Amino acid sequence: MQISLKDWVRSGSPWIWLSASAVAISVVLVLGLLGVVASRGLVHFWPATLQEYTYTQDQDLQIQVLGEQVQREEVTAEQIRNSGIAVPEGVDLLGRQLIKVGNRDVYGSDFRWALENQLSNLNYPVYATSFERREQGNFYGFILAIKDKGQLVAEQEKGSNQLWPAVVERIEQTRLIQDQIEDLEKGAIGAINYQLEQLRLDKRRLELKGEDTPENLAELQAKRASFQTDYALLETELRALYQSLATSSLLVVTADGQTKEINFSTIVRAYQPNNMSLGQKIGHYFAKLWEFVSDDPREANTEGGIFPAIFGTVMMVLIMSVLVTPFGVVTAVYLREYARQGFITRVIRIAVNNLASVPSIVYGVFGLGFFVYFIGGNLDKIFYPEAAPAPTFGTPGLLWASLTLALLTLPVVIVATEEGLSRIPRSVREGSLALGATKLETLWRIVIPMASPAMMTGVILAVARAAGEVAPLMLVGVVKLAPNLPMDMNAPFLHLERKFMHLGFHIYDVGFQSPNVEAARPLVYATALMLVVVIAVLNLTAISLRNRLREKYRALDM
Amino acid sequence: MKDISSVLEQRLNSSGIKKRRKFRAFKDIFARYGIAVGGMGVIVAITLIFFYLLYEVVPLFKSATLETSSSFSLPSELATGQNLALITEEQNEQAAVLTNQGQLVFFSTQDGTEKARHQLPLGEASITSIKEKTPSDANLMVGLSNGEVLAVTTRFQVQYNQQGERGGIKPTVTPLFNTSPLQLDPLQRAIQQVTYQKLHDGFLVAGLVKQGEVVLTKVEQRTNFITGAFVETLKPLTFPSQTNYQRLLIAPEARYIFALTANGQLDVYNAQNINAIVLDHSVQLTLANQQVTQMVFQLGQQSLLIGDNQGQVSQWFMVRNEHNQQRLTHIRTLKLGDAPIAILEAEQRRKGFVAIDTTGRAGVFNTTAEKKALDLQLLTDSKPALISLAPRASMLLVQDNQGVVHNFAIDNQHPETSLKSLWGKVWYEGYEEPEYTWQSSSASTEFEPKFSLTPLAFGTLKAAFYAMLLSVPLAVCGAMYTAYFMAPAVRNKVKPVIELMEALPTVILGFFAGLFLAPFMESHLTGVFALLVIMPLGILTFAFAWAQLPANIRQRVPESWHLVLVIPLVVFLSWFSFAMSQPLEIWFFAGDMRNWLTNDLGIPFDQRNAMVVGFAMGFAVIPTIYSIAEDALYGVPKSLSHGSLALGATTWQTLVRVVLPTASPGIFSAVMIGMGRAVGETMIVLMATGNTAIMNANIFEGMRTLAANIAVEMGESAVGSSHYRVLFLAALVLFLFTFVVNTLAEIVRQRLRKKYSSL
Repeated sequence: MQISLKDWVRSGSPWIWLSASAVAISVVLVLGLLGVVASRGLVHFWPATLQEYTYTQDQDLQIQVLGEQVQREEVTAEQIRNSGIAVPEGVDLLGRQLIKVGNRDVYGSDFRWALENQLSNLNYPVYATSFERREQGNFYGFILAIKDKGQLVAEQEKGSNQLWPAVVERIEQTRLIQDQIEDLEKGAIGAINYQLEQLRLDKRRLELKGEDTPENLAELQAKRASFQTDYALLETELRALYQSLATSSLLVVTADGQTKEINFSTIVRAYQPNNMSLGQKIGHYFAKLWEFVSDDPREANTEGGIFPAIFGTVMMVLIMSVLVTPFGVVTAVYLREYARQGFITRVIRIAVNNLASVPSIVYGVFGLGFFVYFIGGNLDKIFYPEAAPAPTFGTPGLLWASLTLALLTLPVVIVATEEGLSRIPRSVREGSLALGATKLETLWRIVIPMASPAMMTGVILAVARAAGEVAPLMLVGVVKLAPNLPMDMNAPFLHLERKFMHLGFHIYDVGFQSPNVEAARPLVYATALMLVVVIAVLNLTAISLRNRLREKYRALDM
Repeated sequence: MKDISSVLEQRLNSSGIKKRRKFRAFKDIFARYGIAVGGMGVIVAITLIFFYLLYEVVPLFKSATLETSSSFSLPSELATGQNLALITEEQNEQAAVLTNQGQLVFFSTQDGTEKARHQLPLGEASITSIKEKTPSDANLMVGLSNGEVLAVTTRFQVQYNQQGERGGIKPTVTPLFNTSPLQLDPLQRAIQQVTYQKLHDGFLVAGLVKQGEVVLTKVEQRTNFITGAFVETLKPLTFPSQTNYQRLLIAPEARYIFALTANGQLDVYNAQNINAIVLDHSVQLTLANQQVTQMVFQLGQQSLLIGDNQGQVSQWFMVRNEHNQQRLTHIRTLKLGDAPIAILEAEQRRKGFVAIDTTGRAGVFNTTAEKKALDLQLLTDSKPALISLAPRASMLLVQDNQGVVHNFAIDNQHPETSLKSLWGKVWYEGYEEPEYTWQSSSASTEFEPKFSLTPLAFGTLKAAFYAMLLSVPLAVCGAMYTAYFMAPAVRNKVKPVIELMEALPTVILGFFAGLFLAPFMESHLTGVFALLVIMPLGILTFAFAWAQLPANIRQRVPESWHLVLVIPLVVFLSWFSFAMSQPLEIWFFAGDMRNWLTNDLGIPFDQRNAMVVGFAMGFAVIPTIYSIAEDALYGVPKSLSHGSLALGATTWQTLVRVVLPTASPGIFSAVMIGMGRAVGETMIVLMATGNTAIMNANIFEGMRTLAANIAVEMGESAVGSSHYRVLFLAALVLFLFTFVVNTLAEIVRQRLRKKYSSL
């Protein structure tokens, strides 16, 4: 024994170890959180193997189950017994699996918990097929036949796969038609609807001004008529497309032998995970990943992509930085370069510092009361009386959300810019002034360029904070599903009054307000990962910029 | 030389250059003012937040105002003394008086122009009594001298013409019963007091006749669902007592009948079974020297408002006592003045009332808030005789004893909020005792919102407390190690990782806590508690074993690199604790710790509880505390620690006795700032708790915090309503709390910085 316990304790060494472990725990927590989010979020896109079991509920009832294993855990037998399920004596621990069995329209719910002692005959049927559908979630089963207009066109035995290429081809065809329909609905028809609404507002505006003379009204009526003819044309085109969609369908059978007819138009994608090579799986993975970042959400946000949320977040952050940068910088310059340093500036500095830690929800409340109801309400009265009683700006929207977050992140920009300004050595300023430059010229040509990395840092930190903030946005403009993006091809292109979707709120909404949380869970992890990556990248950029800046001026100080 | 300098001077002062110089000076000055205006503007904008919140909150605490909007005389036959009742309608446009001749005259509330007239079919009889007003009841009932009762419903309908434009208001009067008049007293004595209550199958009509004897009749109304015919039958009932009563009131569905005697005793009869009414209990309403002068129902007809001859109005309702019996209980007393209460009328939409005493002094009260919103002499040279409070409580119509009608506009937006109702215990109707309750909305229309911020403030502090419990030890110890022991190379890697932790959006922590941690902790509850023991013990054991190793091995990893050893150890110990979770659970808790907690210890368990919040929010707060505390510790001048070490102290002694005390204000301010963050955090609490506003500190139950409450309810509160303003108040409380805490912390830090620079 090198050292006795008593001496060891007296040396203080145990406390040092314990405080080292405090750091270790913090680091492990961060990395653990990121690890869990990353692993669960990334796994979602991988085509999961389909497993088939015989599930024995009791001796008389045995059914075949086909699905993905989502989760596996060990539970004590006592907990199972307490929930009212008989477990033989002498068993202490039991395995339990959560299986995604899909087929919500057949089974009622698409997840099923099963105790492992009830599962037997595990196998991986090669031709088990997974169908992603527009509604009712995934379908897992086997292909039986293809129908056209109600007539059987081709059939196959269970266990064979000769229809697969035809199925893939037909899905591809319907997908093309679906794309055309979507283009029509969102593009041309959406634009016409927008114009018709504008015409309605124009008419109302004329009425309010008392200028609703017959000529003016006739002019509006003519415009309306021309839009309506266009609309009728597009509508016939659309109807034809829809008709061509409805014709062919697929006959499939579930693992427990129930047959089901699926229309091709409802299938987004079909694949046979047990029959895919590694290359195909990787291809599938990236296709899904691309769908995730580029598509609209489906099925109450639990399936599909998050493109509108990404777009909304980016738009909001952009508008916010346009607002916050000039004001933040001007204030910092005023405080550091122009204001007389003394008690007042000290108080202001403390106040600005503290505002950074005022709870964000307070900004939300302020934004709702002041921007939305007070300013927005008055704007509506003055500029948009024709839309009344529907509010235009007097309701939460993109502009107000950006303004609120600009106010919230203002202290970040001010503090960072001020720090940057204070690091610029006096000698540089004095040199410039001695050469006859005015204060403004010194500021504009010398000080601000030197401090620009600090400003960048401030803006990046502000953007990172704004991108992750959710609580105030819930009050001032975020919605779970926005019908339109805040930017589109209809003049004035940028619609500041519209509500928008946001990544952070999407996480909250899908994870906590969704009717089918279990189905939404992987998507929430993926969205969270997306948000974490964006914010981590922004922050690391800011940190490295700041460090580089410090190094640069340390050299200048010498 | 002189030439050169003068040439130079000339050149430099040429008009072009002069102009340019002027322009530069102008730009400079312009920028100076521009920037000053911009800078000051932003600072003003920031302070605007505070003032705007205040501006929205202030109306909550303003008292009501009352303004005369018009006065007019009614035709002489409608002069006072002959009038029995005054009623008003929703739009504040029309009113009606009922004369003692049975004339119901409708007139404009602005100038008294007569709009319509209706004669009640009195026959030979005269009116001897009229039913007291009950909130949100549009029926009039009078008792006649021949023992009959007449009841009518008055309705005011807004008329629209064919273009859909709003016209005037048209009153209609229809009999309430098919049998009209209705013979209440078979002996045809004069009805001296009359009242009724609606039942699920008709009405119960009650009256007092000579000597205060009670007469009762049930009007049973039924629609024959085969023939569709409406059948009304009268069923005289017997009342069990012959006591001399003065006033009668019937509770909704005739559960109780309240009968008042002359000496202020109230007999409560149980009338659940209407054919066998029994005396339930009696209550003395007043003290010996007091008399009851008025008795009416408050909105909802659960509370009785009792006015007495000393200017007091007391509220009573049924409360279950310790023997599980319903007893009429005194809840609170509000005082108007010293003169007897002459008129008492309850509001129709809120738990408030107007009281006027014999001197003409009027008060507008709210019972829940125990608030007197208004107290003034209504009329200068006459006394109010009849009043009517409009349904929206925004107009008070008064006819004085000279027959003049006065129309007062009342502005009483937020009577239900007072300091006491917001922060204190309030005895709400139907509750068994005063309680702190937050319940801002419900499906029922007679619901009274309950705005106690106390459970929310408690929940906020509870969440912050559990968060601090985790984060303070970890962050401060971590900061001590990082600042004092850690090798710079490790420090440069560790600090960014923890700073990254600060940047993580809280929505991610919240979602992680709610969807991953909460179910995980529930199923590994034993493991969580095992971790608390295994982690420190395991580390100490490892450290002691490390100390036993030969010096040449130990020296390969110096103290400043210990972290590298500890990280895998922490991972291993965590894994070990959770792996041991189920064996331990089987061993100690018969396989189900949750069950053991709830059934054996009686501790309720929610899946999303304070433990989960403490963990997730602690995680969010660690980096804040850590980085500020680390700065403070790192900033302690090296000369101090070197001096201590040179005197023979060990590194740990130096840290604890020298460095820590010097940096303690900095650590204090770190903790304060962390606390401010925990208090205002919204998303984590919103997602990781059940958001129920409860008042207990149980770690296995959730809470509702001020911030989460705002996030949940702000969207659905009506602009300008009390609810909306109370939520603003919650925001203001959060703002002030964090602002004060942070300012304190900031001042402490600035002091500390000054101290370091002098050391």
